[in-house]
Amino acid sequence: MDIQYVAPRTLDEAVRAFAAAAGAGRILAGGTDLLVQMRNGVVAPGTIVDIKKIGELTSIEETKDGGFRVGAAVSGAVLREHAKLSKVWPGVVEATNLIGSTQVQGRATPGGNLCNGSPAGDSVPAMVAAGAIVTIQGPNGRREMPVEKVPKGPGRLNLEPGEIVVSFTLPPRGKGSSDAYLRMIPRTEMDIAVVGCGVSLTMDGGTCTAARVGLGAVAPTVLLVEEAAKALIGSKLDDAALAKAAAACSAACRPIDDKRGTIAYRTKVAGVLLKRTTLIAAERAGGK
Amino acid sequence: MAKLHVSTTINGEPQEFLCDADQSMLDVLRGPLGLTGAKEGCGTGDCGACTITLNGRIVCSCLMLAAEAEGQQIGTIEGMAGEELHPLQQKFLESAALQCGICTPGVLMAAKALLEKNPDPTEHEVRFWLAGNLCRCTGYDKIIRAVMDTAADMRAAR
Repeated sequence: MDIQYVAPRTLDEAVRAFAAAAGAGRILAGGTDLLVQMRNGVVAPGTIVDIKKIGELTSIEETKDGGFRVGAAVSGAVLREHAKLSKVWPGVVEATNLIGSTQVQGRATPGGNLCNGSPAGDSVPAMVAAGAIVTIQGPNGRREMPVEKVPKGPGRLNLEPGEIVVSFTLPPRGKGSSDAYLRMIPRTEMDIAVVGCGVSLTMDGGTCTAARVGLGAVAPTVLLVEEAAKALIGSKLDDAALAKAAAACSAACRPIDDKRGTIAYRTKVAGVLLKRTTLIAAERAGGK
Repeated sequence: MAKLHVSTTINGEPQEFLCDADQSMLDVLRGPLGLTGAKEGCGTGDCGACTITLNGRIVCSCLMLAAEAEGQQIGTIEGMAGEELHPLQQKFLESAALQCGICTPGVLMAAKALLEKNPDPTEHEVRFWLAGNLCRCTGYDKIIRAVMDTAADMRAAR
């Protein structure tokens, strides 16, 4: 069968082309997953819909209320070069920048990272911690969804046929707020997370007044760990509060056993990373 | 299969080619365009031997569809030397920063992009920037040293 490549200029055209291809359509953002999957024979698309000619998908804008709207097909390198975004959401930017090499950073996108559906995608726990809202457009129009609701399982998404992830909206940040992301890998660079942890929090006079925790690579999907956030909120991030939040992270883990990490290891490291990530976020937010 | 017609710019020169929808940029460079400097190491974006620039940013040409080049600016290793070798190329020769040479075009493309962005990188920055360029011959010390030495020469020459 002929493979088609289309690079529409508008989102409406992209949605039409993607929907028309039915199950045989594939969205091309950075291509760092798709081209590998095509080469390995994992996918054989009938139509490749390149979304990088669409302005809304390739731009970063500040929203009226002081947040950011990040196009799903913005590359990691472009995210990092956005000075204001890097200052306001350092955890989201550092997480996205952990994906692959410099070459991969020139192409790989947060939209692709989310839609690849890997539980170990680095940008996803940071987006979950940030409370990012995903805008989706499909044949039935536009809708929004919290980022943690998008993954359904490894490689599977809660999207309807023909729906395309358009952008991530990051909320405005008050004073004393910041975020951070850490991942555990057995090497220093260029590997897939054994555990990934994103923490976003607000500090007021040494007390944590708001927090969200995202955990990756420890369950079939990236997790929002509300119990861990509850343990942090209201505390001064003292040892007892951190230990309680770490225990909540470990309790939330339902990991696989594989060559990169055993169940016991991933479960323990989830708690360790929670503590470290929280302290980095708090330091960035202005200190404990 | 109907071929796609692509108009692009390669090393500053307008270029047109025909390709299949699923053909990689690397395949078109090495095949119909005869630009064999970019090498296929892994074909999955891990080794960096196929590094080119796309609008000034380094990318793996094995992870890019040729069709995506439409209207874009592509740079390859063939465009690196002018009348004389680029200082990085000269330094790699002088320092024996290569053995078999398969990784070298990719390393040079990546190192050039780094020095354009950051003329005074630390060794740490060079190592992380080049983490996506694998060499299975020399080990990395000579490569890293050659990049650091070139950076110093280029700064002194300014």
